[in-house]
Amino acid sequence: MRSFTYTRPAEPAQPWTELGPDAMYIAGGTNLVDLMKCGVAAPGRLVDIGRLPLADIEVDAATDTLRIGALVPNSDLAAHPVVRERLPVLSRALLAGASPQLRNLATLGGNLMQRTRCGYFRDLAMPCNKRVPDSGCAALDGEHRGHAVLGTSSRCIATHPSDLAVALLALEARVSIDGPNGPRAEPIEAFHLPPGETPERETTLTHGELITAVEVPMTTLGAHSYYLKVRERASFAFAMCSAAVALEVREGTVRAARIALGGVATTPWRAYAAEAALIGGPPSTGAFARAGDAATEGAVPGRDNGHKVELIRRVVARALSTLAATDTPATDTPATDTPATGTPKSPGTGEAPRTGEAPGSTEGEHR
Amino acid sequence: MKVTFTVNGRPTEADDVWEGESLLYVLRERVGLPGSKNACEQGECGSCTVYLDGDPVCSCLVAAGQVQDREVGTVEGLAQGDTLDPVQQAFVDAGAVQCGFCTPGLLVQTHDLLNRAHHPSDAEIREALSGNLCRCTGYEKIMDAVRLAAARKADARDAAPTGLEG
Ligand SMILES: Cc1cc2nc3c(=O)[nH]c(=O)nc-3n(C[C@H](O)[C@H](O)[C@H](O)COP(=O)(O)OP(=O)(O)OC[C@H]3O[C@@H](n4cnc5c(N)ncnc54)[C@H](O)[C@@H]3O)c2cc1C
Ligand code: SF4
Ligand code: FES
Ligand code: FES
Repeated sequence: MRSFTYTRPAEPAQPWTELGPDAMYIAGGTNLVDLMKCGVAAPGRLVDIGRLPLADIEVDAATDTLRIGALVPNSDLAAHPVVRERLPVLSRALLAGASPQLRNLATLGGNLMQRTRCGYFRDLAMPCNKRVPDSGCAALDGEHRGHAVLGTSSRCIATHPSDLAVALLALEARVSIDGPNGPRAEPIEAFHLPPGETPERETTLTHGELITAVEVPMTTLGAHSYYLKVRERASFAFAMCSAAVALEVREGTVRAARIALGGVATTPWRAYAAEAALIGGPPSTGAFARAGDAATEGAVPGRDNGHKVELIRRVVARALSTLAATDTPATDTPATDTPATGTPKSPGTGEAPRTGEAPGSTEGEHR
Repeated sequence: MKVTFTVNGRPTEADDVWEGESLLYVLRERVGLPGSKNACEQGECGSCTVYLDGDPVCSCLVAAGQVQDREVGTVEGLAQGDTLDPVQQAFVDAGAVQCGFCTPGLLVQTHDLLNRAHHPSDAEIREALSGNLCRCTGYEKIMDAVRLAAARKADARDAAPTGLEG
């Protein structure tokens, strides 16, 4: 590891004034410390933002918005009663990520900024356009079973690893940012950038900019939401494929739907075509299967990751049918044609905070 | 740099700490507490689990500077003098220790679980311990130990005068 200096901002309102050209922020440290150990990140200076006053979760009753400070630990956010009740997809996505020990350290901002888990990205001996621009991509012809099939480019096919960001995308959250050029905010959909020609750039943040908070609208849709994550083992692994889904059903008809995918795309991925396939029709098994098909639109599998296309189909269909089978105010009438089936589980009840049984974990056929 | 923090209730100062050291390294090499184990160094195995301000964390991913003025609790702090914590005693009695490398992390993580959940289901135990890998036991004896510790703690609570036990 390269030598560096360590500071905690003296002026909490403007931590970027402490940032030199080769400095980085550190929050929980669970991603950055790891990447520094393997030499992928080599800052000359670490600015510890961990104690800035950005760790509150506030409900704005006037706009029905949840404002989550960038430093809120993933464990606290998952356990928050308002999140569990009104944004179950968020709680489930968080609890499906990492381990309890890591969730206690990991922050909201750090989770959105975490780097890919592509093995070549961490391996300094291998070419990787994301780590060293224009050096090549070892995954294209190499080991890419776990790599992306959506949003890829000829320069990088690495997946975005976050579960949290997938849930936030389905909830149409906004990211609040502050920095040397003043505050700004943008939809999370715009925040993460596809690799294109510049896979080394993963978000719109410029040097010195800081995520201060994320704002999540608390809608009827958000209250009737679910996260399904399929991994290579039942717990504590990154997603092979995941889906954040939300449905609003009235009088037997889907009025609104949100579907976002994780583990299969280079950014958290909104599956608009899958949403469109549902709206105006009944929430039936057939419709959910069609949505699963539509979610694969644009998928470009490589030599060894074609299974991800089939996974998308099944994970989307199953997430939707599981959600449709849960009883919440947003679903007042059962499906009119073939009834959708799934495992009913009322979101946000009966699970002990932080230790609940494997939420959004995988059982049965997808193991 | 110098790092000042509290370890197992004792104010502690570590001098000449290199910025790149982890909390795990500081504990083992500078503070003389080698109970927390160093196995994967990347957050995957949980053998380095310690309490940080009351919450269990992977100390291998905490940079030394991050613990300034904070409270750390390690496996060495679980026993009261010569009396093992009920969690430790249960691991001994259930035969949940083979090579023992994973044990300190499992003890701290189980200690935290049983502080928050008095009657955890098997699924809850598995999920709470999902970040602690063991390559020897196959986990069955570990599950036995956690159930045993939970039962003994429940008995102790029942035996205690009401209002005194949380
Ligand atoms: C073994 C393991 C398994 C994991 N499994 C999962 C999983 O299944 N699902 C999942 O979603 N995640 C998983 N993670 C990732 C984990 O959630 C992230 O490492 C964590 O969320 C990062 O947060 P942090 O606060 O520790 O970030 P840090 O490590 O402190 O920072 C990460 C990056 O974000 C930047 N940063 C931090 N905060 C801000 C801010 N407010 N503004 C701007 N930049 C900022 C830092 O400069 C750094 O570049 C796993 C991690 C490990 C180690
Ligand atoms: S897929 Fe992306 S991160 Fe992985 S080697 Fe290729 S360029 Fe690097
Ligand atoms: S040594 Fe810290 S998690 Fe393995
Ligand atoms: S007893 Fe050997 S790793 Fe668990």
